[in-house]
Amino acid sequence: MDADLKISELTTRAGEWLRGEGPHNEVVISSRIRLARNLANKPFLSKATRRQRTAVEKKIRDVVLSTNLAPKILYADLQESPEVDRALLVERHLISRNHASAEGARGVAVDADETIAIMVNEEDHLRLQVLRSGLQLDDAWGQINEIDDDLDAALEFAFHPRFGYLTACPTNVGTGIRVSVMLHLPALKLTGDIEKVFRAAKELKLAVRGLYGEGTEATGEFYQVSNQTTLGKEEPEIIAEFRDTVIPKIVEFEHRARHALISERHRALEDKIYRAVGLLRSARLITSEEVLKELSFVRLGVNLEILGGVDVRTINELMLMTQPAHLQKLLGKKLEGDDRRAARADFIRERLGVV
Amino acid sequence: MPCDGCNKPKTVHITEIKGGKQVDMHYCKDCPYANDGVAGAKSHAPINELLTNFVMSTSSGGEKQAEECPHTGITWAEFRNAGLLGHPENYDLFESHLTPLLQRAHEGATHHVGKVPERRGKGGLPPKRRKTVDLAKLKQELALALEQENYENAAELRDRIREIEGD
Repeated sequence: MDADLKISELTTRAGEWLRGEGPHNEVVISSRIRLARNLANKPFLSKATRRQRTAVEKKIRDVVLSTNLAPKILYADLQESPEVDRALLVERHLISRNHASAEGARGVAVDADETIAIMVNEEDHLRLQVLRSGLQLDDAWGQINEIDDDLDAALEFAFHPRFGYLTACPTNVGTGIRVSVMLHLPALKLTGDIEKVFRAAKELKLAVRGLYGEGTEATGEFYQVSNQTTLGKEEPEIIAEFRDTVIPKIVEFEHRARHALISERHRALEDKIYRAVGLLRSARLITSEEVLKELSFVRLGVNLEILGGVDVRTINELMLMTQPAHLQKLLGKKLEGDDRRAARADFIRERLGVV
Repeated sequence: MPCDGCNKPKTVHITEIKGGKQVDMHYCKDCPYANDGVAGAKSHAPINELLTNFVMSTSSGGEKQAEECPHTGITWAEFRNAGLLGHPENYDLFESHLTPLLQRAHEGATHHVGKVPERRGKGGLPPKRRKTVDLAKLKQELALALEQENYENAAELRDRIREIEGD
């Protein structure tokens, strides 16, 4: 019962991207906008001394905690946090893997519903992130732009008349904006057309990555599509390209592939979906990767109304809660190897109503 | 050392003479960005880019060629290995090296046209910052005027830019 309480507690404060709401939510899981900023006249972090790094962290932390965001945010000092907590934040997309594993003074400010994450001393002094469920980029831009203005009122950002906002890596210079949309494209994978999407994206100078960004695999056919150009375009222009062209096009391709599967390979599609349900309901040992792969089919089945009795929110929660750090936090103990795979399988069966 | 375009190991070396200066580029065999380099960007560079570059080249501090960052000691070679700059001022210090790299990474663009910090509240911007911000805004307006082929307005803006840069 104790574990259930913890689960419900976490469930009630499940992050924005888990809601399974918002426009195009059958394909678009979440929309994220990130802005990179650095303080003027201070070395970038790769060249900052320990003392400079600590001073930057303190200055930004003090400012963040004095803005009108302060009452609704929690600031986590990552230098002091245990590894499992940092891993939990990575699993919730609130900090990057690099931010979790780096050394020295660094932190993150997060609001209660996890729509805002302000990373301090990641690759840049400041990385603001705003997240929305489904395709809601304008909403995300409105909020992040406001937070940026609030911080700009109290901090002097490194800004150049020609190059714009200066960043440690020149690939982010200018607007410092990274628009990332998380997509679920299982039908395009099944029909073999996903490669065409990748090629088109590459031509449009977009990056396609796995669920957890750079260097991660697209397990379960969950992909992040992001802009790579940050110079020579205004923020609303970059956002409009995603909102009006790029994403609707990919969504349309995925819909077409889904319809083709239903009309031409219905039994084979059902087979994949029901096998996935069977596996999740029966497994006694299961890896995170397997969970994502099988949940991907279950999600497709629910979206196509082939499968009833499970909703997208439950699927999203299972995706999140069965990851290593979440599982260990939920059960309140360190779990390795088969113990972890067993706990994961038990958790899934419990949530799906079978034992 | 990684490819200038996509970070894979480089195998192709290209040397170009640009504005009387030697520009060395290094790409991996199949680099998707290889064709977006200086030559490619130049061949279809719009008139506004050429004019804006002209304004930039006449501005102060555009062609500084120091070897080492006075704040962090970072050199261009070190940046090429690590991929990260050491200090905001490195953008001025390495400007001539960075420009072709930025063009490749940003579809030929070399100028910021987006948001400009305002520092609303708390008495607004200090004079030095105000100057930076005003310059950025004027340059954005200049780019727009040139795009719309409004050369009269462009010339006026160019003079204002020179005036601010000169004081």
